[in-house]
Amino acid sequence: MRDKQIENLKDYKYGFSTDIESFKAPKGLNEEVIRFISNIKKEPDWLLQWRLKAFERLKVLEEPDWQKPKYPKIDYQDLYYYSAPKSFKEKPKNLEDLDPKLLETYKKLGIPLQEQKRLNGIAVDAVFDSVSVATTFKDTLTEKGIIFCSISEAIQKHPDLVKKYLGSVIPITDHFFATLNSAVFTDGSFVYIPPNVKCPMELSTYFRINASDTGQFERTLIIADKGSYVSYLEGCTAPMRDENQLHAANVELIALDDAEIKYSTVQNWYPGDKDGKGGIYNFVTKRGLCKGKNSKISWTQVETGSAITWKYPSCILKGDNSIGEFYSIAITNNHQKADTGTKMIHLGKNTKSKIISKGISAGKSDMTYRGLVDISKNAFNSTNYTQCDSLLMGNKCGAHTVPYIKNKNSNSNIAHEATTSKISEDQLHYCQQRGLNQEEAVGLIVNGFCKEVLQQLPMEFAVEAQKLVGISLEGSVG
Amino acid sequence: MEQKLKTDFDKFISTSNFSNQEIKLKKEALNNFLKNGFPSRKLENWKFSDINQIIKKNIGELTFYNDYKIENEINDDIFIKEIEHNKIVIVNGKVERLSFEYEESDKINLTTLENFNQNPNDDNSLLSLNNSFSNKINNILVKKNYSLKKPLIIYQITNEKVSNTNINFQLNFDLEESSSIKIINFSDDNSEKNFINNLFHFNLDKNAILKNYKIDKKNNTNIKYDYSSIIQKENSISETFIFSSGSNYVKNEVNCNLEGKYSSAFINGIHLLSQNKHHEIRTKTDHLYENTKSYQLIKSVIDDTSKSVYQGKIYVDSKAQKTDGYQLSKAVLLNEQAEFNAKPELEIYADDVKCSHGSASGSLDEDSIFYLMSRGLDKKTAKELLINGFLLDVVEKITDEEIKKLLKNMIGLN
Repeated sequence: MRDKQIENLKDYKYGFSTDIESFKAPKGLNEEVIRFISNIKKEPDWLLQWRLKAFERLKVLEEPDWQKPKYPKIDYQDLYYYSAPKSFKEKPKNLEDLDPKLLETYKKLGIPLQEQKRLNGIAVDAVFDSVSVATTFKDTLTEKGIIFCSISEAIQKHPDLVKKYLGSVIPITDHFFATLNSAVFTDGSFVYIPPNVKCPMELSTYFRINASDTGQFERTLIIADKGSYVSYLEGCTAPMRDENQLHAANVELIALDDAEIKYSTVQNWYPGDKDGKGGIYNFVTKRGLCKGKNSKISWTQVETGSAITWKYPSCILKGDNSIGEFYSIAITNNHQKADTGTKMIHLGKNTKSKIISKGISAGKSDMTYRGLVDISKNAFNSTNYTQCDSLLMGNKCGAHTVPYIKNKNSNSNIAHEATTSKISEDQLHYCQQRGLNQEEAVGLIVNGFCKEVLQQLPMEFAVEAQKLVGISLEGSVG
Repeated sequence: MEQKLKTDFDKFISTSNFSNQEIKLKKEALNNFLKNGFPSRKLENWKFSDINQIIKKNIGELTFYNDYKIENEINDDIFIKEIEHNKIVIVNGKVERLSFEYEESDKINLTTLENFNQNPNDDNSLLSLNNSFSNKINNILVKKNYSLKKPLIIYQITNEKVSNTNINFQLNFDLEESSSIKIINFSDDNSEKNFINNLFHFNLDKNAILKNYKIDKKNNTNIKYDYSSIIQKENSISETFIFSSGSNYVKNEVNCNLEGKYSSAFINGIHLLSQNKHHEIRTKTDHLYENTKSYQLIKSVIDDTSKSVYQGKIYVDSKAQKTDGYQLSKAVLLNEQAEFNAKPELEIYADDVKCSHGSASGSLDEDSIFYLMSRGLDKKTAKELLINGFLLDVVEKITDEEIKKLLKNMIGLN
């Protein structure tokens, strides 16, 4: 079997330079596949060695199993680790070919027709000038010295930056899924903001137009140099159908002195059907390092999709006076499961962190907030405030809160609060009395419950996210 | 350690007179312990307090054999004079005196248990250790409608005859319908470097009331594990108060199963720690039926290099609608080297519930100190006053006035 695989690889060796689109690495996880990926991406040797080192470690690592949502064992030898983007031939030709349910959701979210097409990879009319829009954006960014490109491109064009920062927050010696990503990551985004530059636009806007198949092992690296600021939005509100079941992305953020990074995620991947069949496993590692003094990293996430969401966007507050924030809304319905939260690791003096987490579970779903606040010995005068609220709809779902609190510094303060409740009959009655139907009433109340987090999202997405919250809970009441 | 356990066990069995049934159960328990060993930080429950390492570091090699034939003298001076009370005196894990002199003798039934509670699937190996090495288990049954006239004080004494020894002790209480009992569990340790493993079972029938106050005040270098399991039927009430301060290492675990409607459980605790002490309280309240209520308040004052841990879990079954669960833990760190860890946990499967928890830790409020100093107090007195008030909050929760007064004096809070 193994010999056969190597045989296959040999064939590819001579083909790849001419027709990249037709490639697919053979199934399985082994050294050859990693060499294949590295080779096809024309990566420098140090990166290949780095990948191989990660793979070496992966062999001895065990898959973690302490999480609340359990899933059937994944056969890592039965996955494709590299496949080139699909050609237009395989993609749907027009919107009529799509699942009508998907179109209905688009309509409710108010996504423009052209964008709907783009999201599904349908070839768009030349009239729609997104290309020129993209170019305008690119000019503005280049003028300011901002680098925003795919990580593959960055490896070629800015190897020094990549080499310096890649793996500096999530090292290859990290946990199973992060190490797996380090060994086999295919593509992702790279952002570098030069000193004292305030990125003039939400990188989200740009990103959404250019949404591309980044694959299941995405790697994102964002570096904000001294005194700079950037706001980045990942994903979008539109539901995404995806063939890959396991998603193990790594996101690394680095903020130097006085820099600020705002990272927002809206995740609405396929959650599986009503009986809990299928759906994405979203096992993502996200970590930010406040490396410099007075730096700030803020995570905002709206998680409504995926069969299992298992992620903890974290902040390492290393620089003195640095600030970490985490705002989260996680909604689970039907058979969805989520185990999400954050880690705030206070190392520097006068560091501050704030955690606001809102969990909503409906149907037969299960929702867990799990978080760590760790104030180390030298983190004098640090403070943390945590609030996690859960809302339950029906008695077949579960809501759990598991915070870990470690305080090793007497000058620091930690405050933690959590509540669990349901939508009160009185509130529902009041709204219905004023002419809202039950679903609208629930949507309104839930939006009020989530307000603190929704406010943190960039303006245009906040509106969409609000609608998304309502849509995610459809059919959960009554 | 395995060899030592086996030889000590054989010696223990051959020098005692257990029935065949008991020996069989004890052997099973020993095998279970041999399989799992002392709990380490790899187990979620022991994450913050790795007892395996703590025993290794502070005691080293343990002796498991404990001679229950030795007669121990009891000095009457140690008894609490302020209130009249019934007594159980335990010396080095052996019951030396059991007297309910203030009670009607036909209302209390004293027996020993042949079959002890043993759950082979339980991953708590210390319970297995206890089951295998503890002496005959006394069972105290309070009959229907009877309320004990005087409180029961359990004196748990260790003397200098034991050291580097593992002492296991177990006691059972059955409270029949509408009965009630007040218990003060008072530790008086005169020994050093022992591992003391206590296990208490309480079964509360309909309308029964249990008030249980645990005091560990005297400085000593023993390592203690204290496990209470409370099973509650309809309308029953349990109140547990823990004052944990004296021993070097203590882990108090309270498990409440609220199985009947309108049952309620209250657990309040104080950690008053200095030097390099390491104390933990873990509470688990399982709401298994409708309309149950639980409340936990834990406060810690941590000085020097000591460490306080609170792990609290509220579990609400999908059947347990209209549950009311509240949990609060607060800690004051007085020294830079002190450490506070907490894991307040909610696991909820019912929607019509009110559950919340809060946890806060930090230093004494500078403004409050300043306020008191501006009124003429020196800094030390100001701090003491604030700590006093902080802890008094918990003591005031004690519902029995007589015992509250006694405990306030004992602890030195006014």
